[in-house]
Amino acid sequence: MSVLRRLLSRSWGVHPDDRKRPASEAPARAIAAPAVLHIPLAQHVGAAARPAVAVGQRVLKGQCIAAAHGAISAPVHASASGRVIAIGEVLAPHPSGLPVQAITIESDGEERWIEAELPADPLRLDPAEVAKRVAEAGVVGLGGATFPASVKLGLGLRARVRTLIINGSECEPYLSCDDRLMRERAAEVLRGVRLMLHATGAREALVGIEANKPEAVAAMRAAAQRVSDVRVCVVPPRYPMGSDRQLILELTGIEVPADSRAADTGVLVHNVGTAFAVHEAVALGRPLVSRYVTVNGEAVREPGNYIVPIGTLVDDLLAACGGLREAPARLLMGGPMMGLALPSGRAPVVKGTGGILALSAAEVGAREPGPCIRCGSCVRACPVGLLPLEMARHVQAGSLDGAVDLGLKDCIACGCCAWVCPSRIPLVQAFAHAKGELAERERARLRRDAARKLAQARAERIAREDKERAEAAARRKAERDAARAAQSNPEPA
Amino acid sequence: MTDTAAGSPDPVSSPHAHGGASVARAMFRVQLALAPATLFGLWMFGWPAIFLFLFTVAASLLAEFVSQRLRGARASLADGSALLTGWLLALSLPPWSPWWIGVLGGAVAIVLGKQVYGGLGQNLFNPAMVARVALLISFPALMTQWVHPLPLHAPAAPGFVEGLHITLAAPPLPDAVASASPLGHIRTELSRGVDPLRAAAAPGAPALPWSGMRAGSLGETATLLLLAGGLYLLATGVITWHIPLAVLAGIALPAALAHGMDPARHLPAQAHLLGGATVLGAFFSATDYVTSPGTAPGKLLYGIGVGLLTWVIRTWGGYPEGMAFAVLLMNAVTPVIDRYTRPRILGRRRDGREIGLPARETPP
Repeated sequence: MSVLRRLLSRSWGVHPDDRKRPASEAPARAIAAPAVLHIPLAQHVGAAARPAVAVGQRVLKGQCIAAAHGAISAPVHASASGRVIAIGEVLAPHPSGLPVQAITIESDGEERWIEAELPADPLRLDPAEVAKRVAEAGVVGLGGATFPASVKLGLGLRARVRTLIINGSECEPYLSCDDRLMRERAAEVLRGVRLMLHATGAREALVGIEANKPEAVAAMRAAAQRVSDVRVCVVPPRYPMGSDRQLILELTGIEVPADSRAADTGVLVHNVGTAFAVHEAVALGRPLVSRYVTVNGEAVREPGNYIVPIGTLVDDLLAACGGLREAPARLLMGGPMMGLALPSGRAPVVKGTGGILALSAAEVGAREPGPCIRCGSCVRACPVGLLPLEMARHVQAGSLDGAVDLGLKDCIACGCCAWVCPSRIPLVQAFAHAKGELAERERARLRRDAARKLAQARAERIAREDKERAEAAARRKAERDAARAAQSNPEPA
Repeated sequence: MTDTAAGSPDPVSSPHAHGGASVARAMFRVQLALAPATLFGLWMFGWPAIFLFLFTVAASLLAEFVSQRLRGARASLADGSALLTGWLLALSLPPWSPWWIGVLGGAVAIVLGKQVYGGLGQNLFNPAMVARVALLISFPALMTQWVHPLPLHAPAAPGFVEGLHITLAAPPLPDAVASASPLGHIRTELSRGVDPLRAAAAPGAPALPWSGMRAGSLGETATLLLLAGGLYLLATGVITWHIPLAVLAGIALPAALAHGMDPARHLPAQAHLLGGATVLGAFFSATDYVTSPGTAPGKLLYGIGVGLLTWVIRTWGGYPEGMAFAVLLMNAVTPVIDRYTRPRILGRRRDGREIGLPARETPP
């Protein structure tokens, strides 16, 4: 029976060659802040932070240099002590090559930290206070989503989540920053997890780690040995296991409804890196100013993991790890499955940067796309249960509605379909394009609705004014008539 | 400053890695899987079969090249699809057919079966089966003219020159060589009122051995070799088990049932499985990516349809075989099957609405 179930059960995802070794085997090395750091104001989902310093001002490491703005936002801190030398545009870490606002700091090389007031026992703080300190430290989701962590903790508390899932699956090939972090700082990660449990009121935390990281599993298990509410779970290595919904399903058996948030089902997912940052922020008073970054790819001379100050230019980072062997065919921020192609190395490392990959042409293996032969590989690979080939056909034919009917909005852009496609059809690109168009259409609709509402309000106002004028005129006429009648028809004496 | 080797290209979308699958590799594996049965067929039916095979494949390649040029597309035979189409068609032809049957078939398969729809991936029907059926309907006598196996080394086998003569000039077959296909023979006997069991057991009746030493189309007789090829395709992941298994079950189950109820009128399942290109069809024709459904339940449905229709055609239709017709009929309903067997989207019900939230214990 189990054989039958195995045959009939849907297999999802792909098993790419993980290429994590040898980069994952060397201890992470801290990189000194380069002479100049470019710290973008928008490193998170939500509104950009607003500069809180002036050009020329001296800053300490960890000092807030831009404040959060709005309900969903995060502040930004100086990742080195030194002087603010510019507030302006730098190249965004994004394929578009567009500029982004950033604060540029000239490091004085002294690494002087800002003074912080530390709680005696962080776990005795009020949950709201924990979230507040996390917010003030600029902690965002470090798995790549960069959603402000404090907002998510508050959401968990409000939604009364039961289970906290700590995502240590790191399913993207090449990347090992979470692996190294868990191996080297398991105790701190665990303290961060317990702070998150405290802040959300969740009863237990499940740390999901893929089976291809046995050292990380062992380290986390050792750290969690005497803690009853944190369980370390091994999940099968499969891409995209690190995607929220897939990991929740794997660890809890809960299938999150497509249009709902995970918190509505009583589950909250945070990355292991975020847990570490929460610990640093709350227990040590250190805001998020550096992170573990994997530098990997055949074009890199010394692949490995590095603790990198936020705002370090990719070029400076690559230079600090031995430079490049060859001009890379592709320079990526993030993993090969979902990472962003950088137009050049002049973009800064940001909070969401888990890896910098300099890939050789052989690794990318790009080839011209051919026609779809309907082999169905993409259907088998899709972790969401979509029909990528059909969706792409609709997008190609310009039928956005057709693509939406097939579930375009449920696509998580994981790249499995394009990875398996024997015809090398750029499926993710097609879906990204269609989603962009969809968003544009939505904006246009909102604009139209707003315009219609304004026009309607104006028409109503004019009608109301006309009516009021008419009524006033009628009233005046009635008064006049009454007066005239009174004059011509004097009451009999 | 780090610039990529390609300078500053257009924004490239993720993923930036690939699993390595390619159309050419899939086609090559199918050809590799077909090779043993093909070599066996060529050896068994001798030089005329070899010439017919070459004519058919060459015509397919030429037709592909010319059509691509005419469509204005970049002409390339590198994906191996035209070679495979011609190959599969050749395997489904009577082995001593004249050259023009192969050439016409190859041209029909590529031009009418595939290129008029827009080329690779666009056709609704399996090109090789389109050609086979077109030939069968147009030239019913030639397309049912079978020969006894005469292996290359046999003394009576035609030599190189004689084989060329047979393929090019198509002289009438000597009686000593001509044969009926096993299923055709039984059908003829059945129409004369002879019990199929007795017909199959009669002296001189064509048998249905697993080895493939019998009359039949060029490449369909070697059941064991075809099965081995099919298993290779399963093992390498070129095809999944759904379609072949469903086709075989779709034929064998009704055949076994009918035979059990009325053995005097219905052939046993084994005869259906061993004869009439069943295994070739189940593993190689019905599994054509372009013209079969994309999801597992769709594949099962389609495969059962192919099998069932084949059995129905063989039992009550006008043709003793029938795999080609069944495949084409099911090709026609593939879009409908695809429409109704879409996978369920994670977090949604089949109708596209959101699934409900899981039950949670009431908050304190």
